[in-house]
Amino acid sequence: MTEADVTHSDIPGDRPDGMEGVIADWASDQRAFKNVPWGKAMMWIFLLSDTFIFSSFLISYMTVRMSTVVSWPNTSEVFALHLFGTDVPLILIAIMTFILISSSGTMVLAVNYGYRRDRKLTTILLIVTALLGASFVGMQAFEWTKLILEGVRPWGNPFGAVQFGSVFFMITGFHGAHVSIGVLFLLIIARKVWRGDYDEGRRGFFTSRKGNYSVVEIMGLYWHFVDLVWVFIFAFFYLW
Amino acid sequence: MVDVTPEKVEYVGPAEVPEVDLYHAKTWWTKYVFSQDAKVIAIQYSGTAVAIGLVGLVLSWLMRLQLGFPEFFSFISPDLYLQFVTMHGMIMVIYLLTALFLGGFGNYLIPLMVGARDMVFPFVNMVSYWVYLLAVLVLVSSFFVPGGPTGAGWTLYPPQAILSGTPGSGAGIVLMLVSLALFIIGFTMGGLNYVVTVLQARTRGMTLMRLPLTVWGIFTATVLALLAFPALFVSAIMMTLDSVLGTSFFMPAIVEFGEQLQYGGGSPVLFQHLFWFFGHPEVYIVALPAFGIVSDLLSVHARRNIFGYRMMVWAIVGIGALSFVVWAHHMYVSGMNPYFGFFFATTTLIIAVPTALKVYNWTLTLWRGDIHLTLPMLFAIAFIITFVNGGITGLFLGNVVVDVPLSDTMFVVAHFHMVMGVAPILVVFGAVYHWFPLMTGRMLNQAMGQFHFWVTFLGAYLIYFPMHYLGFVGVPRRYWEIGETNFIPESAESLNAFITVAALVVGFAQVVFIYNILTSIFKGKISERNPWKATSLEWQTTTVPPGHGNFDDELPVVYRWAYSYSVPGTVDDYTPQNVHPDDVVKIAAEQGGD
Repeated sequence: MTEADVTHSDIPGDRPDGMEGVIADWASDQRAFKNVPWGKAMMWIFLLSDTFIFSSFLISYMTVRMSTVVSWPNTSEVFALHLFGTDVPLILIAIMTFILISSSGTMVLAVNYGYRRDRKLTTILLIVTALLGASFVGMQAFEWTKLILEGVRPWGNPFGAVQFGSVFFMITGFHGAHVSIGVLFLLIIARKVWRGDYDEGRRGFFTSRKGNYSVVEIMGLYWHFVDLVWVFIFAFFYLW
Repeated sequence: MVDVTPEKVEYVGPAEVPEVDLYHAKTWWTKYVFSQDAKVIAIQYSGTAVAIGLVGLVLSWLMRLQLGFPEFFSFISPDLYLQFVTMHGMIMVIYLLTALFLGGFGNYLIPLMVGARDMVFPFVNMVSYWVYLLAVLVLVSSFFVPGGPTGAGWTLYPPQAILSGTPGSGAGIVLMLVSLALFIIGFTMGGLNYVVTVLQARTRGMTLMRLPLTVWGIFTATVLALLAFPALFVSAIMMTLDSVLGTSFFMPAIVEFGEQLQYGGGSPVLFQHLFWFFGHPEVYIVALPAFGIVSDLLSVHARRNIFGYRMMVWAIVGIGALSFVVWAHHMYVSGMNPYFGFFFATTTLIIAVPTALKVYNWTLTLWRGDIHLTLPMLFAIAFIITFVNGGITGLFLGNVVVDVPLSDTMFVVAHFHMVMGVAPILVVFGAVYHWFPLMTGRMLNQAMGQFHFWVTFLGAYLIYFPMHYLGFVGVPRRYWEIGETNFIPESAESLNAFITVAALVVGFAQVVFIYNILTSIFKGKISERNPWKATSLEWQTTTVPPGHGNFDDELPVVYRWAYSYSVPGTVDDYTPQNVHPDDVVKIAAEQGGD
């Protein structure tokens, strides 16, 4: 029996609903979040901490955007692509956002099929998610290249305030690193699912604990978080 | 008549989480060096923290030598002095106190006190230590690069931190920032473990409201750290970019030596906000574990339950929450909107309420207790006194009108050293004297301990009380030399010399303390299994020091809180948390009858 298999049915006494249930759980022994594996609790708390990192980044971005005396470049011009003879504003970023949000969809399916112990479909869905993530990073690299060729640097910007370049490369770079790490772990987990690690409870390298399919869900939490952060970056950067 | 009502036997549910396989180390390397055992990691953390702390101590001696006897030590240049100030502050606050309380005491005590075999993810916990060690090595390496370590002050305020007039503005500041980022990464790995272990891996019967306050303090401090360090992490990244790539996050348009620099449009105040959004919770990251530990020391050594346990818990949580909305009281003179000052002064003073509540409860715990003046108790009492002194000057500084004239004077230095330097370190000492028998099976030498206590406690007052007066007459902090002024009397010089002598004596006492530890590990008197007759689980293990996996084949089951001292009607004056109510030996009814 693994940790995630223990359910409420093993615990005597009815658990009250709603807020009272939460209080009852927190007042109980052993676990404050019932039926939540350790890894999942840890991921949630890590994501909370990471939220503070991205919030600090975005607040800093807003502050320097206000503190600089040079005008901020017009984002719908800077981020436009010249396609079919016209400048299409925000087209690349729209595609990137679409791809990343789609990858959240495939991730959800992977979690679902993981818990159904459908190894093949889970593996495929995880790899599709990873590919979508990788293409997002690829397009980001394309966008970086375009801006760099146009002369935008962290320390300089031909279109206006230098902070535009600094903040853009820093925040999208930090987010892109998150996506890349996610892609890497998606592939590692896809391999483990394929090999059947989670069926036989093989020890994970990083946790040195026996793995089960909740790992796929934990991976999903991270992936959706990275997605959600992107929505904020998209809104504050490209639409403002 | 003695109350002999038997303790109610509460239902304790079955284990919700089956035992997980522990990682069993087989080789010497995996047992003692790359160990995944929280107890070994704790000792590694503590050893590293103390080692780097000794560097910080020596730096403080050098600073004091310069302040006490200016121009006598010609090798201390103004640049070098600023570097001493900066590195002393950074080392003591982050690399010593934070690492020691959370990485050291947290790792050792949390699994034992909540009745777990280890942290939830031992491998991550191990990596946490090695990243911390790397952070320390990067910090130390900055002493050996051209230009030396940064001399920007521990607050690292830009723009001066990366301008060439500040010592160590090249490699020094970059290494400092990289080291901080590494520290935060390492800490996050450990901190996630501490939080999840407390929330999800307690033993049967161990509810949150039965946890010893030590665990509550460390737990809340860890939560604070996980939410506060991100701001420092982000500002470290941005300042590194400012310094290395020439971005202008924190750099306004600026002229240096008559030359217009490339920077422009950044916000230096933004750094201050980010820094103090981390920096103020950091005060409580250091203080809350001390609050928790001292509560346990007082209760055990006064043989009395902690007064108002629930209020103590809520006070810890409340202080933790409030600590996130007071940060700008460090910035009254930064030129921010004055209305902010009103808001932050108010929240700052509100923090005094739960803090005072804790002080009252500690005092009331002692009230009519059976006080054993053991070394841990002496340190705990010394903590209360010191904390009240330091806390009261905090009320002065929390008010804008009082703070403005006192800003950047020795008064501020005296205040924060009392409240977050001396007070927590007294608790560290008390905790070491208290838990050393658990960690080694031997007692520390009492005579050396008494010497250490009295010299440290009284010496700290000789150092910091006069410093308040220096601040009142206007002696600024971070000055290499006072020099000729119209307003500082010459007697300030002799007071400074006096403080220096006191500081050196107190410093010597710490050397005695280290010597005591090193010799007692091998030659100390063999201690009893539970020498202080404490109730909490860490003392109820079958072997001392606790073995791999902490407990025997079966984890302990908890029936009560950790403060069952001097319960009326029981023979022993303490009842461990894991003794079944039926096994508690009651004073027989024949004793009664009056």
